[in-house]
Amino acid sequence: MRLKTLILLSLTLFIAGCGQLNVWGWYVIDPRTPAGWINIKFLLGGFGSTILLSLIAVSLSMVLGLIVALPGMSSRRWLRIPSRVYIELVRAVPLLPMLFWVFYGLPVVLKSMGINISIDPFWGAIIALAVSDSAFTAEIYRAGIQSIPKGQVEAGQTIGLTYAQNMRYVILPQAIRRILPPLANQFIYIVKMSAFASVIGMQELTRRANELVVTEYRPLEIYTLLIVEYLLLVLIISAFVRWLERRMGADERG
Amino acid sequence: MQGSANAIEISCVGKWFGDYQALKDITLTVPFGERLVICGPSGSGKSTLVRCIDRLEAHDTGRIVVDGIELTNDAASIAQVRSEIGMVFQQFNLFPHLTVLENLTLGPIKARGLSRPEAEARAMHYLERVHIPEQADKKPGQLSGGQQQRVAIARCLCLEPKLMLFDEPTSALDPEMIAEVLDVILDLAVEGMTMVVVTHEMGFARKAADRMVFMDKGEILESAPPEEFFTAPKTARCRKFLNQILQH
Ligand SMILES: Nc1ncnc2c1ncn2[C@@H]1O[C@H](COP(=O)(O)OP(=O)(O)OP(=O)(O)O)[C@@H](O)[C@H]1O
Ligand SMILES: [Mg+2]
Repeated sequence: MRLKTLILLSLTLFIAGCGQLNVWGWYVIDPRTPAGWINIKFLLGGFGSTILLSLIAVSLSMVLGLIVALPGMSSRRWLRIPSRVYIELVRAVPLLPMLFWVFYGLPVVLKSMGINISIDPFWGAIIALAVSDSAFTAEIYRAGIQSIPKGQVEAGQTIGLTYAQNMRYVILPQAIRRILPPLANQFIYIVKMSAFASVIGMQELTRRANELVVTEYRPLEIYTLLIVEYLLLVLIISAFVRWLERRMGADERG
Repeated sequence: MQGSANAIEISCVGKWFGDYQALKDITLTVPFGERLVICGPSGSGKSTLVRCIDRLEAHDTGRIVVDGIELTNDAASIAQVRSEIGMVFQQFNLFPHLTVLENLTLGPIKARGLSRPEAEARAMHYLERVHIPEQADKKPGQLSGGQQQRVAIARCLCLEPKLMLFDEPTSALDPEMIAEVLDVILDLAVEGMTMVVVTHEMGFARKAADRMVFMDKGEILESAPPEEFFTAPKTARCRKFLNQILQH
């Protein structure tokens, strides 16, 4: 199993590093000392936010992506064009400026429209991540839906299904096996990009690492652990993606 | 009954794909009760014509009226027309992710609002009509081509259409399965179902058709009862086509 070897490898590196005290200062996160233990708990405490943030963002992105993708496949130009423009535009904007715009800019826009809500770092990060990811999700839906033979859509039409019923009962259930694996992959992208949420003050993995570095001044050890944390998360998700791909493939044969 | 005596009235219909004219000035009337067989060389526009009647393609000029309802962009009239038509495709187009029974009940439940028990009873009734009630719980992929096409026919029948369109229903089948599908269609013909069948199975046409139509290059060149059509084709192109096809 690749997952196990990689985890073992990183653990070995970690422990080997602990031995060479002249280079590494692992004491900051040494679970055997009370101070180190407190630091570790502080750092690992970011997992919850990172995971929650990523899960909500990917769910929103899945909904948003479908809303963008469906008109993009219409035969009517006036429905297709906005979808195309959205995808091209959103794909072109880097995540960090998007994050700044949502967090600092959007409240101003809303206020000018008479809507008075402040956006906290958590929801700001979710909106920016979801919007930025939705362009990719939309393309995944499009590819999946277009892989279904046209005859299926037509058969649905001739038995009297409405567009929504056709999507719901005929097209999406078949397209899902082409859509789910790449969507799960997109989840990995979101987990990694969620690190940017630290710059607007979101208390997730990266932000906590940064804060600890400032007080302890051991960037090497703390950022190494940070990388291992992301590595773990991503490895778990990609194991899930592979399982999903296998299952979808098996379904197709059965 | 809508009160119209004609199932289909097509007048001066033209259809373009880009610059290519697939249908040229087609005029054709199919009264209720008629069994019409359309034949013609590949690319002559047979599928396009049949697909226009079910609005899977939109015609560009002329008028198509099905049971008194004109086909326009109006979604309600398209839905109304489709509810009266059963369409059978060359490639069956069954839903591979659903069982045979679910294929048959989807339309009645979702489009017609039948309860599940009602829809299932109806589905089993029509599966018996096409002689495969024992396959109800299988997926289409587990059936032979002939069985799949019979399921597709039963799927149409479950919606109790007033007329049926068949677009080369046996062209994708192995030779030994053609008869079982044609027999089912023939049964329907005998019972008086109005139907338009695109096929090259001339033996079937002789038995089932009230009228034969020959199409070539987007036009209707001949329209005659079968005995006249087969013995005295008027145009050279039709004669040539019949010679080619009857040799096999
Ligand atoms: N969606 C389409 N886009 C472009 N051209 C098309 C399209 N559908 C059909 N055509 C063209 O229109 C012409 C008529 O096609 P059609 O499928 O109606 O012929 P057919 O008589 O059914 O032939 P066959 O016996 O091969 O099924 C062909 O030249 C075909 O290439
Ligand atoms: Mg054809």
